[in-house]
Amino acid sequence: MAPTIAPVPKDLKKRFQTPRQEMPAQDPIARGKNFQEVTLGLEAEAAKLEAYRCIYCKEPECVQGCPVGIDIPGFLHEVEKGNFAEALGILKSTNLLPAICGRVCPQEEQCESLCKTGKSKGNRPVAIGRVERFLADWERAGGIAKPVEVAPPTGKKVAVVGSGPAGLACAADLAKLGHKVIVFEAFHKPGGVLVYGIPEFRLPKAIVAKEIANLEKMGVDIVCDFAVGLTATIEDLQKAFDAIFVATGAGLPYFMDLPGENLGGIYSANEYLTRVNLMGAFDPEHNDTPVVRGKNVVVVGGGNVAMDAARTALRLGAEKVRLVYRRSHDEMPAREEEIEHAEEEGIDFTLLTTPVRYLGDDKGRVVAVECRKMELGEPGPDGRRKPVEVAGSEHQFPADVVVVSIGNGPNPLVPRTTPGLETKKGKIVARDGSGRTSMKGVFAGGDIVLGAATVILAMGAGRQAAASIHEYLQTGTW
Amino acid sequence: MELLKQSFELLEKRELAPKVNLYKVRAPQVARARKAGQFVIIRVCEGSERIPLTIADADPVAGTVTLVVQEVGSTTARMAQVKVGERFADLLGPLGAPTHVAKIGTVVCVGGGIGIAPVHPIAQALKAAGNRVIGVLAARNTGLLFFRDEMRKACDEVRVWTDDGSEGKKGLATDAIKEIQAEVGQIAEVVAIGPVPMMKFVSKLTKELGIKTQVSLNPVMVDGTGMCGGCRVSVDGKSKFVCVDGPEFDGHQVDFDELSRRQAIYKEDERRAMERLVKEVR
Repeated sequence: MAPTIAPVPKDLKKRFQTPRQEMPAQDPIARGKNFQEVTLGLEAEAAKLEAYRCIYCKEPECVQGCPVGIDIPGFLHEVEKGNFAEALGILKSTNLLPAICGRVCPQEEQCESLCKTGKSKGNRPVAIGRVERFLADWERAGGIAKPVEVAPPTGKKVAVVGSGPAGLACAADLAKLGHKVIVFEAFHKPGGVLVYGIPEFRLPKAIVAKEIANLEKMGVDIVCDFAVGLTATIEDLQKAFDAIFVATGAGLPYFMDLPGENLGGIYSANEYLTRVNLMGAFDPEHNDTPVVRGKNVVVVGGGNVAMDAARTALRLGAEKVRLVYRRSHDEMPAREEEIEHAEEEGIDFTLLTTPVRYLGDDKGRVVAVECRKMELGEPGPDGRRKPVEVAGSEHQFPADVVVVSIGNGPNPLVPRTTPGLETKKGKIVARDGSGRTSMKGVFAGGDIVLGAATVILAMGAGRQAAASIHEYLQTGTW
Repeated sequence: MELLKQSFELLEKRELAPKVNLYKVRAPQVARARKAGQFVIIRVCEGSERIPLTIADADPVAGTVTLVVQEVGSTTARMAQVKVGERFADLLGPLGAPTHVAKIGTVVCVGGGIGIAPVHPIAQALKAAGNRVIGVLAARNTGLLFFRDEMRKACDEVRVWTDDGSEGKKGLATDAIKEIQAEVGQIAEVVAIGPVPMMKFVSKLTKELGIKTQVSLNPVMVDGTGMCGGCRVSVDGKSKFVCVDGPEFDGHQVDFDELSRRQAIYKEDERRAMERLVKEVR
């Protein structure tokens, strides 16, 4: 949808003078002991004020910064007037999962980084993500929005493999276009990384469930406990579906191959977060799945997942959580807001440091991490300065839990069981913009193609794939 | 292809030995897709763990899979409480790489205790591929043995060994292998499944004897699709994920001691989960 271009309002100065509305949040000390959501969301009046900060740019660059091209000025202008239902309609015409995106998108690098309000002296960008979240929460709390219109059935069937952000976004668009969509999920609950990876305190699971229920209302069927590649192969699915979208994600945790890495108490971030988030290990009164609750926890890595793991460890009762990262603060891939939240809660950032081996007791449990100091050398191919180990700088930290959070490779199930599918380094090869793979009728997108990325990039890929699947279903040309 | 929501109804339940139950579960897609050596992950009910269980048998026509489970902790105890006609919350599979089946000659399939169940479909597949299959059932005593008839059907010959001599010959699985080797000469391969110490000692012996040996590992696992890395095990000095790289590995290269230690990580938590179960049952 083309972004709204409205006449420039006369009260520009007043708009510029309105301060960015701060996000209310739980007290840092209190929240470090519970799993409830950290940020509390804007109230309606604050959301209206925040939307009022939009200055009606002639060419709204914020839209270009959004991987799914939401008509941002359009919904902001409606919020400003208090027309929340209309605003939500505009938002949902391009993004059916606003409660999720409003919470986990890196807006500061996307829409908000291009906001003209934020470019003016002494001013900060419109908090687009916060307004988006407000609208989604308003709807969930009982506000009335128009139901999503679904086109008449086309008679075509599409299988979506994986129910993470890419799969859900693709399913939503295809259902809207009238295609029958069945989503396959290997876990017992749909949502992918949204339910197993992102902690409750950042994205409450009830919200994910509600967004997924909305998809089901549009006619999307979700089949859990079904591992495509094993329960049925892609070839099997081809017999029953007109097209297939593979969105199985990056779910093969990397380890560093260090001595002692298989000691008890050393987890991949995936395992640690899955035990806590999906399997409910934070609530042992109601769940059997255990997780080792350490006094001294060391988290290795500097991305969003590392922040999630560190903050989770704190909430599980750790006395000291140390985040060990081999570069400096500036190179950390995590969102600034996540880093700030972690710092406020008391996570110890041990930077320019890397683990070199793990030490265990006679029962095979980890008791300490040996680390080496690092220095930043010349910039590498990615432009970031390369860390170099400092000889003779070995030192140890006590640790009864270690969470290795250094990234993930592509999930191997579909590539290994689909002989005709072209892959490169385990990732599925898909054409830019269309998601078409080497197999006719089979599309792929999200982390299985991109490598571990963000929720919104995966959703963008899902939406692009939906558009090209729709075209393929109509024309039959490959 | 069946695409409807699945329900995993318990159709039949039988006690094979004290605390060892056979469960026949409706799971048509798994029954159709499974091959020898593969396993499933089951979740008994809301709030219970995901545990891996090897498929002991399957009937693709009836759409059922058979699991043989020993009650060792809270989840397997919970499983034992499910009645015929009730449903398991979840059953995912078939998982893992299937057994590599080829015609290689005389193969000895050793099932130690509860390991008799997972070795059964492998024996079937190896026999179907034209091998001479000698089955060995080994347990502490006669009360812990089961699947005698099933294994006789699956193998060319079955030998029974017990630690106390209460059935068959007195001795361990390793004694059985020594005896067979003395009789038949060349054993092409040993497949050994059972408790970790049994697999460890069988592998140690067959390494000395120069017999290729496959073992099937059953470590702590969460997702079963390669996502969590919880099931990692050292094989030939390298970390492998049992759920996608296994469950079968060359017994001569597995670090069994590390595996034992990793299996014991949650002993304390297990006690807590058991207390919760007892409270619920009361």
